[in-house]
Amino acid sequence: MPIGDRRRHTDDSDEHGGADRKRRRGPEVNEIEHRLENLIVRVGEKSTSSLESNLEGLAQVLETDLETYKSKILAILKTCVLDAPEKLTIYSTLVGLLNAKNHNFGGEFVEMLMKQLRDELIAQNYDNALHVIVFMCDLVNCRVVSAHSCMSFLEGLIEVAFQEDIPQVRSDWFVYAVLYALPWVGAELTEKKGNDLKEMLDAITRFLEQRQKLHVQMLRVWSGDKPHVQEEYLDCLAAQVTKLRTENWQEKHIARHYVAFDAVLCDALQHNLPSFVPAGHQETSVYPLPTVIFRLFDYTDCPENGPVLPGAHSIERFLVEEELNWIVRRHYIDRKECAAALLNYSRKLRVPLNYVILEVVFGQLFRLPSPPCPPLFYGSLLIELCKLQPNSMPQVLAQAAELLYQRVETMQPACVDRLVDWFSYHLSNFQYRWSWADWEDCLKCDELAPKQVFAREVLVKCMRSPYHQRVQEILPADYAPLIPEKPQVHFKYSGEEGEKLLGASVAHQVAQAIRNKCTNEEALELLKNCPNPDEMSGFNPLAIDVFVSVLLHLGSKSFSHSFAALTRYHQALKTLTEGNEDAQMVVLRALYDLWKNHQQMMTVLVDKLLKMQIVECNCVVSWIFSDEMKPQFLRQWTWEVMQSALVKLSRHVQRLRAELEAADNEDTKEDTKEDTKEDSEMKADDDDEQTVESKSADAVKEKTQKLRSAEEFQRNLLLSVFHKFTILLTEHLLTSEAEGRDFNSYWYKWVTGRFKQIFLSQSDEVWKLCSELETSLFTNDIDSHILEIFHQFRALRR
Amino acid sequence: MSYKDQKAAAAAAASAYRDQRFRGSLTDQEEALLQSTTLYIGNLSFYTTEEQVHELFGRAGDVKRIIMGIDRFRKTPCGFCFVEYYSRDDAVDAVRYINGTRLDDRIIRTDWDAGFIEGRQYGRGKHGGQ
Repeated sequence: MPIGDRRRHTDDSDEHGGADRKRRRGPEVNEIEHRLENLIVRVGEKSTSSLESNLEGLAQVLETDLETYKSKILAILKTCVLDAPEKLTIYSTLVGLLNAKNHNFGGEFVEMLMKQLRDELIAQNYDNALHVIVFMCDLVNCRVVSAHSCMSFLEGLIEVAFQEDIPQVRSDWFVYAVLYALPWVGAELTEKKGNDLKEMLDAITRFLEQRQKLHVQMLRVWSGDKPHVQEEYLDCLAAQVTKLRTENWQEKHIARHYVAFDAVLCDALQHNLPSFVPAGHQETSVYPLPTVIFRLFDYTDCPENGPVLPGAHSIERFLVEEELNWIVRRHYIDRKECAAALLNYSRKLRVPLNYVILEVVFGQLFRLPSPPCPPLFYGSLLIELCKLQPNSMPQVLAQAAELLYQRVETMQPACVDRLVDWFSYHLSNFQYRWSWADWEDCLKCDELAPKQVFAREVLVKCMRSPYHQRVQEILPADYAPLIPEKPQVHFKYSGEEGEKLLGASVAHQVAQAIRNKCTNEEALELLKNCPNPDEMSGFNPLAIDVFVSVLLHLGSKSFSHSFAALTRYHQALKTLTEGNEDAQMVVLRALYDLWKNHQQMMTVLVDKLLKMQIVECNCVVSWIFSDEMKPQFLRQWTWEVMQSALVKLSRHVQRLRAELEAADNEDTKEDTKEDTKEDSEMKADDDDEQTVESKSADAVKEKTQKLRSAEEFQRNLLLSVFHKFTILLTEHLLTSEAEGRDFNSYWYKWVTGRFKQIFLSQSDEVWKLCSELETSLFTNDIDSHILEIFHQFRALRR
Repeated sequence: MSYKDQKAAAAAAASAYRDQRFRGSLTDQEEALLQSTTLYIGNLSFYTTEEQVHELFGRAGDVKRIIMGIDRFRKTPCGFCFVEYYSRDDAVDAVRYINGTRLDDRIIRTDWDAGFIEGRQYGRGKHGGQ
């Protein structure tokens, strides 16, 4: 673009921004409110004067405006409590100072916070509720809230944990919230209400002892306990708090700014928290899932001359991780800001920062059932971290990668997938430089050994980004057996061998016709000449095989060419395969014959066939479990295909559900254009049927019917997936027993891992099926090893 | 608007790049850009293939189609392409996390595009970019 043009366009966008600014600029009141917001939100950021003097100054400014702008100030502080938990003690000190100046304001603030807590719990925003509870507790230190009312408040929360007939996850959350708040307020409560606190902690211990922990195995990144135990989150926090208690609640982490204002605060009048009863449990309530604490490093991994990594059971480790987790969650939409915020972490001199950051980032990436942010975000964040600290971060990251490789042996397959995806992506951003020679031990092990599987899948993924030859060049010669085959098309109806195949002559005719841009009908007509090796089947598998092979071979130049070919002959394909699972299987087999060396092509084309409804999800599932796919059964791409088929189906069901809801709720407005573009091909048929009069009862009825049948389809599919897994695993267990072999082989590890992965990735749908699965499939007749996986899954929500 | 929403809006907002030949007013174009699911990708290597683009952009979500930019006369790739997603959210993720990272060792850039129209696959400048 010529320079002149670029300038003109920057001007354009400036004008646009100018208009925006003008619109936002309201009357003068807004101006002041805006200034207040700015002052409050930014306190604690880098500044030339000390935080204490900034806080004092701000409290003074706010005091003068307190009466006029009270509601605005309350609202701003509320947002700060919810959105900036890492600045909690700054804001609690500020509230303390305001309370000392104006007792009524303190009262209103506490009241507002209580109301907020109630609302967040009803809305099931548990993270927000947690921030509010901790804030409320820290207000005891700032002399805003009385210690005894805080004690009864916490007792009220623990009360909930001991309610009867509620799921364990509900009890868990309330216990977690109380334990979470204790590092802040424990010392103060011990001093003022020591006995009550002791009784409460004893009750918590009793609760933890009788807790069932079947779910832990489902959520662990590694099945082994070496070198680090991945503890259940409540157990871990309880141990950390107990240790803190034995150390007289003396922690070295929380920045207690209020200490500097002791003289001002000690005279302030305190408020009593009103009694608080959380909303009761409903059938529809959904609670946070339990988690398992991710541990990658201990102090021996970190350099000797730096700060020491706090131990696994020290409260400092917990507090640092929580703050870094907040930073990631708060900035996840801007990777650059996120990386900068992590590296500027306020406590960076007290911990080996790069190590704790990486542990937190990988902890999120590997979290089961799913990471809190898109996996791609973590990859780009790690690149950004390396860019910002090119002299230190890449080494630590390489150390982490090495540890992850060494520990891949007991890693859950779902996490191995994420590791492969991340590592290959990371390499693609750093010229594929890696000291592969360090990992040569993987070449000597079994081909199903996790180390070798990991290395092979990484190379497959790497090959998708640059060229086949490039991958060969970056690798030491020893790695030759692991290098994926060249991704070429294999057209069986060509060459000397191909000419002899049944159907070869028709294949040539069809190819010629397609080159001449024949119509769908003409193609179908030609295919009638195809001999049928299986007259009894009611359809001609050879004709389908010939057509699909020829079509995709002609389109083999690129994805776009293949898509264009499929779209052009969509109608013919549909005619050949509609409603016939066997016919659809022939399509998938033909595709596989053609592209078995090009996994990416396989993944993309199966996806396309699903979207075009040439094959259906259940057919893809049967194909993956079929005998001819056995050699590929444990490869990552197969599970990519399976997952994407299941995800597509569940999105389809969700969309129908949303449509029905909209039609039910909205009798006044017709809102058929709400659909996202997604899956638009999949529902191409639906669109025609959508009448303008969607408010009519008929439309609702029709939608209900459509939803029911989609749900039924999905239910059957999931049941059949679990059934197929059960058969496969049972056979394995039986033969192992008969032959006196250890059943716990690599194969078994991978298959059970994939089994778990389906449970976890489809959890929302599977939970609805739980009782049915229990009565029809996972009965006591089934081998206990298989049954246990189901029970582990069910325990997640109990 | 909460802090998070503001940030989201900023990330999703269009950058200074505009298609010069867009038919319609500037406002129409802005509107189209804010709903678009299509991205313009620039600074690709001439040797980068559709498969490579798909592999990278598929990490952000379900890709609907990719149109490789080609030289008007020589009909060879010339350093840009369009990537269309099924959903806006996936496209937003691609802008957030792929813009400014590497593909085939080159730092690529992504920009919102109002949607592909036949003919736009042909490069305009001397070096092929749009």
